[in-house]
Amino acid sequence: MSNVIRIRKGLTLSLKGKAEKVLSKLPAAMAYALKPGDFPHLTPHLLVGEGDEVLAGTPLFNDKRLPEIRYVSPVSGVVSAIVRGEKRRLLAVVVKPSATQEYVQHNVADVSALSREQVISLLLAGGAWPFIRQRPYGTVANPSDAPKAIFISGFDSAPLAPDTDFTLMGEAATFQKGIEVLRKLSDKLYLGLSDEIAATSIFHKIKDVEKIVFKGPHPAGNTGVQIHHISPINKGEKVWTIDPQHVIAIGRLALRGVYDVSKVIALAGSEVKHPRYFRIIAGVAVSTVSDYVNTSGRCRYISGSVLTGANVGADGYLGFYDNAITVVPEGDKYEFLGWANPLRQHRYSASRSYLSWMFPYKEYTLDTNINGGERAFVLTGVYEKVLPMDILPVYLLKAILAGDIDRMEQLGIYEVVEEDLALCEFVCPSKIPVQDILRKGIDLMINNG
Amino acid sequence: MLRNILNRLRPSFEKGARFGFLHSTFEAFESFAFVPNTTTRSGVHVRDCNDLKRVMTVVIVALMPALFFGCWNIGYQHAHTFGLEMTFWSMWIYGFLRVLPIIIVSYVVGLGIEFTAAQLRGHEVNEGFLVTGMLIPLIMPVDVPLWMVGLATAFAVIIGKEIFGGTGMNIFNPALLARAFIFFSYPSHISGDRVWVAGLQSPSGVEVTTGATPLAEAAAGHIDRLPSMADLFFGFIPGSIGETSTLAVLIGAVILLYTGVASWKIMFSCVAGLLATGFLMNWLAVNPYMSLPPYYHLCMGGFAFGAVFMATDPVTAAQTEIGKWLYGFLIGVLTMLIRVFNEGYPEGMMLAILLMNAFAPLIDHYVVASHIRRRLKRIPANV
Repeated sequence: MSNVIRIRKGLTLSLKGKAEKVLSKLPAAMAYALKPGDFPHLTPHLLVGEGDEVLAGTPLFNDKRLPEIRYVSPVSGVVSAIVRGEKRRLLAVVVKPSATQEYVQHNVADVSALSREQVISLLLAGGAWPFIRQRPYGTVANPSDAPKAIFISGFDSAPLAPDTDFTLMGEAATFQKGIEVLRKLSDKLYLGLSDEIAATSIFHKIKDVEKIVFKGPHPAGNTGVQIHHISPINKGEKVWTIDPQHVIAIGRLALRGVYDVSKVIALAGSEVKHPRYFRIIAGVAVSTVSDYVNTSGRCRYISGSVLTGANVGADGYLGFYDNAITVVPEGDKYEFLGWANPLRQHRYSASRSYLSWMFPYKEYTLDTNINGGERAFVLTGVYEKVLPMDILPVYLLKAILAGDIDRMEQLGIYEVVEEDLALCEFVCPSKIPVQDILRKGIDLMINNG
Repeated sequence: MLRNILNRLRPSFEKGARFGFLHSTFEAFESFAFVPNTTTRSGVHVRDCNDLKRVMTVVIVALMPALFFGCWNIGYQHAHTFGLEMTFWSMWIYGFLRVLPIIIVSYVVGLGIEFTAAQLRGHEVNEGFLVTGMLIPLIMPVDVPLWMVGLATAFAVIIGKEIFGGTGMNIFNPALLARAFIFFSYPSHISGDRVWVAGLQSPSGVEVTTGATPLAEAAAGHIDRLPSMADLFFGFIPGSIGETSTLAVLIGAVILLYTGVASWKIMFSCVAGLLATGFLMNWLAVNPYMSLPPYYHLCMGGFAFGAVFMATDPVTAAQTEIGKWLYGFLIGVLTMLIRVFNEGYPEGMMLAILLMNAFAPLIDHYVVASHIRRRLKRIPANV
């Protein structure tokens, strides 16, 4: 643990409703879903129909471009709905779970004896391949690529994010197995850790991976930031990233031969009665936790964090890569002369135009109001204060708005995905939709090869 | 209650409704009274409560000391020049009544054009003019004719801002453009030694010594006639309405820097550029003006006001962090050069800032280019 990288720029938001470290039981979920929208740039090809019986691990759809990558059912049961949106775009495949979980059984082999190709085919067949994402662009990795390295972020610094040390408790053996599998894919394996790591963390026991400690505010826990400081991506290079919970799922596949994506997630946010942790299976219906949410006002159910998550609604489903459900109040209210109020003490601002900087330990209840109107870029130097990367964010965004692919490349678009610039969007006084713009730029890059 | 009225009025201002063509105007007034109920749709779900209205408000607040002192100083200069006995408040009110019409003209003309432009484009009305509308009066001489203020404001907003696409897109600082417009179109109304003290222009029969600004005195070689350093610093001197008191400007600077609205890098490097050039001139001095200690320049004329409120305009300044150092430094250097070596323009700050406004994109271009080169250099290092 000798390497400590200090992150100086950034912002740790202190919000009300942090999950208490208690693991509670939930009632049985009514449904689970797999949503193609969770995988950027995926063109799904549906493999099941309504009413089909599936096991945990049965492919529901695959990728038209890379058909060997299969997206499998998280649970066993019956396909109860195929949800489509505009132009018949596939939005979700919903599975109604059976009373007992049955798994597609894969061969359990001694990983150390497997070749890289055999490991890849095990992950593809087992449905575990979509766990691995690539940079640039944050899409599901291409199995035929040879990545420069694989990065795992061992902590989540986003507001109200689950404590990874807590959610991974007791999984040291499966995590180690997952690492063993990943080592077959690349010999460079990095694990980013927080300097505030708990003494009980399983990461102390994990071997065969290079541990790098990060100290500093959010986004220090973002894989993109860690990659930037460990070994930045240059044009033409690829690295892979994977979430610790998915390392464990890979470990289970290698140990037991099953696709088991149960994990511990946090239910957090100011509108949650008792914010805490639950063990669920990926893709769970959000309605399962509705008993724990205040019903007095209108709420927004977010799969993921308030900075990067998706608004899934009370009837939605947890996203594939998300480890938290955050519930915050909707902000569709007017506020009389709010911008002129000298105090406005119930609101938070990272700038010193308000007084909230004087109360660093206060926990804020933020609603979804945009707090202003969208404008052109006016202030400068605002984004730079919360982006701990050697990137010129405004110039990058302007290059995207201009559709200038060469310039986007020169300014380093392959180093960032939406979550890395989320704080820029949060603090932006011009209310510019930074993450939307960045995703458009990334789409443009992918579509132009 | 106001909310209910707005809610009732809203439908008739929607697109296609009877007053649909006034949608932007309605929206501007509504969002002025109430923070809108818009919620986030994509990206972040919660947002910082800071917005441009707030930012602009902070700048206005920072301008208040300069305005307050300026009003008093107009009364004081008037009383001083004409030998009148006036109390503190009567001086202040005298000045305030002279300044108020200029402020009103600036806001009415400027906001009128902003609203019309937003309406034509179907955009929301931008907040940028809230600050510009206050800056324009503060850099005018007190006796400037009101129609001239109106014309200059219209020029600044239309040619300086709207044709580029509005706030955030302009190249030149609109307030300085307004001043430059008058400077070049009606020079006798914004230079010389008769415009800086209220009442000097009207033939009153009173024989007065002079109403020249310290800069004009210095440029004319009358170094011995310069006011004391204390007078310069506190601002008991003739000059544009808001620029005379370095102290009042400094209070504004503290507010801007504390809230982080303006860039300390630009302010600091402006001063550094001025002082560096000043000391160099002292060393090479061939006339009394060149040997004037450079700290005099910090307090004379519009330097302090310009460095704090004009050079730091984020839209027209350099936008890269490294670029800001160079941009500010060169403003300081150019100000000194114009002041000391150009006899035609005693005040160099306005032209220095406008010139650097023009060069800011070029500075940024080179900063970005070097950033890109640095990124490219990384490749062999990692192989």
